[in-house]
Amino acid sequence: MSETANGSVVITHDVGLHARPSVKLTKLAKGFASTLEIAGTAEGPWVDAKSIVKVMAMKAKQHSTLFVRATGADAQAAVDAVISLVRRDFDEAGDGH
Amino acid sequence: MGTSHQGTSASDGLFLGPPRRLGSALAERQGTGSSEGERAALQDAIALSVTDLAVLMDRVDGEAQDILGFQVAMLEDDALAAPALSAIDSGTPAHVAWSAALDGEIAGYEASEDDYFRARAADLRDIRDRVLRNLSGGESSRSPSGAVLVGEDIAPTTFLETDWSAGGAIVLMRGSTTSHVAMLARARGIPMVVGMGKLPEHAVMIAVDGGSGTVLADPDDLQRAAFNAALASDAQARGLEEQFRLRPATRRSGARIDILINVAGVEELDHIDLSSCDGIGLMRSEFLFRDGAPLPDEETQYRAYRRFVEWAVGKPVTIRTLDIGGDKPVRGLTPDGEANPFLGLRGVRLTLAREDVFRTQLRALARAAVHGNLKVMVPMVTVPDEITRCAALFDACVAELDAQGIAAHRPPLGIMVEVPAVAVMPELFDAAAFFSIGSNDLTQYVTASSRDDARVAALNDPSHPAVTALISKVAQYGRGAGIPVSLCGDMASEPRHLATLLDAGLTSLSVAPARIARLKAAIAEL
Repeated sequence: MSETANGSVVITHDVGLHARPSVKLTKLAKGFASTLEIAGTAEGPWVDAKSIVKVMAMKAKQHSTLFVRATGADAQAAVDAVISLVRRDFDEAGDGH
Repeated sequence: MGTSHQGTSASDGLFLGPPRRLGSALAERQGTGSSEGERAALQDAIALSVTDLAVLMDRVDGEAQDILGFQVAMLEDDALAAPALSAIDSGTPAHVAWSAALDGEIAGYEASEDDYFRARAADLRDIRDRVLRNLSGGESSRSPSGAVLVGEDIAPTTFLETDWSAGGAIVLMRGSTTSHVAMLARARGIPMVVGMGKLPEHAVMIAVDGGSGTVLADPDDLQRAAFNAALASDAQARGLEEQFRLRPATRRSGARIDILINVAGVEELDHIDLSSCDGIGLMRSEFLFRDGAPLPDEETQYRAYRRFVEWAVGKPVTIRTLDIGGDKPVRGLTPDGEANPFLGLRGVRLTLAREDVFRTQLRALARAAVHGNLKVMVPMVTVPDEITRCAALFDACVAELDAQGIAAHRPPLGIMVEVPAVAVMPELFDAAAFFSIGSNDLTQYVTASSRDDARVAALNDPSHPAVTALISKVAQYGRGAGIPVSLCGDMASEPRHLATLLDAGLTSLSVAPARIARLKAAIAEL
């Protein structure tokens, strides 16, 4: 059984999708069975959210919008988890004062 | 006869040994000739690199650990090697394929208009070279013990990976006395000379005098004998001094002098016996703010500060708030193109102008203060109002943390005495919880001479009577007003200035960890 899901979220982290957040994002993504992809625009190009090489290469900056889509048994849970991680500022308590 | 070459001293000590060229480890490699063999060789080299990094990660902390964690994640991602593997399948040798694939990635980062992403190119180069070294016969970047590392510059990871158990030295053609590696070298007592310009290419033996910055290439028998004699007498003197390391510093009269240490990176703490010092007198927080790297967030800073405070187990730890500007630029924070950066926006002037950055640091400090005996000092104070503003900001940060339910404590706030305006009239600054005399900048400002300019270096003398008169004045005022006074410049670690400082009434000195034993031995004589 395969479902699809998608969503988007604005990156609020100080520097954007840099090394430490990217490590966290890809680790989280690998926990899902679904194909999970992210993009900087709704039209793509879409990159594998489980690959740090590809995620870093997007060079997504602060205030940019991250688009997320997934296909697979746990697609909705995967998209929700990624959006939640970005909203929580990647669990980094530094609040960007 | 060997040729003598003059550089700049970055860390004291004598060492004689064979040179090892940094960056020359990328040996020639013959491919195995088959795509299967090349595929396996590359995969093995990547796996070995991950293991190397995991070992190194156990030895570092904070930002260094994050950087290594990122490198491991990149290496573990199949997407990194995929283009190289497909080139190997069409007959390219592994090392050529890997270099080409990584060079493509590196170029992508270098092309970024964003400082942060551009700085990641260095990580990718580090990854590329580590795998190449492991491909070419497995000779790792770890240098054999007892060698003189010679190169243009040296990465902190190279220093951390080197086995220094049989000694060694560092000689750099460029490099800097204020680099992270120079700090690490001083902490470990590894002789280091920077700014050499040139050294003979094919020297087989090198004698390094870190204290004078002199390097002798291929010394003849006579020179070698003289050097060995100096080494022996130095070793003997050090042996005598060593007996003082773990004892309290005591003058002939029996009076106690507090000896604290100056540190930057948490890595330094691993090699320091806590019982050899009375605490940390100066932790330079700017070493968390590396040029070209992103600004460390509150969590990163908190974790780093907490490490220092916990290491000291109740002994005082004085962390200096961000002291950049002057000779320590950080892109995006320090102003560009200042005509005279030492008289410009630096130290507390800069942090008060960048309240966002300052608040993040003060919040991290207030959180770390919960874990031990933390004190905080601000650099470059010139007028009393700066203390008032810093204190108000600090109080606001603590109140904010309280409101958020985050454990925090407002540590005592002291100041560096390095601007002559403060040293001339310390009585205007009694809002400070303590004074820490920064003799390097005080000397530079009082004598109007830079220590970085060899042509005026002779004028930059901390024993100039005008400088020592100011130090006495501050010490006396502090004693009378009940404000603790310490001195944390290089002057404190020079035994020839010691009598002057003790006569001035100072009872607390903060020095590089490698100077502790020598300083205590000298104090016992006075």
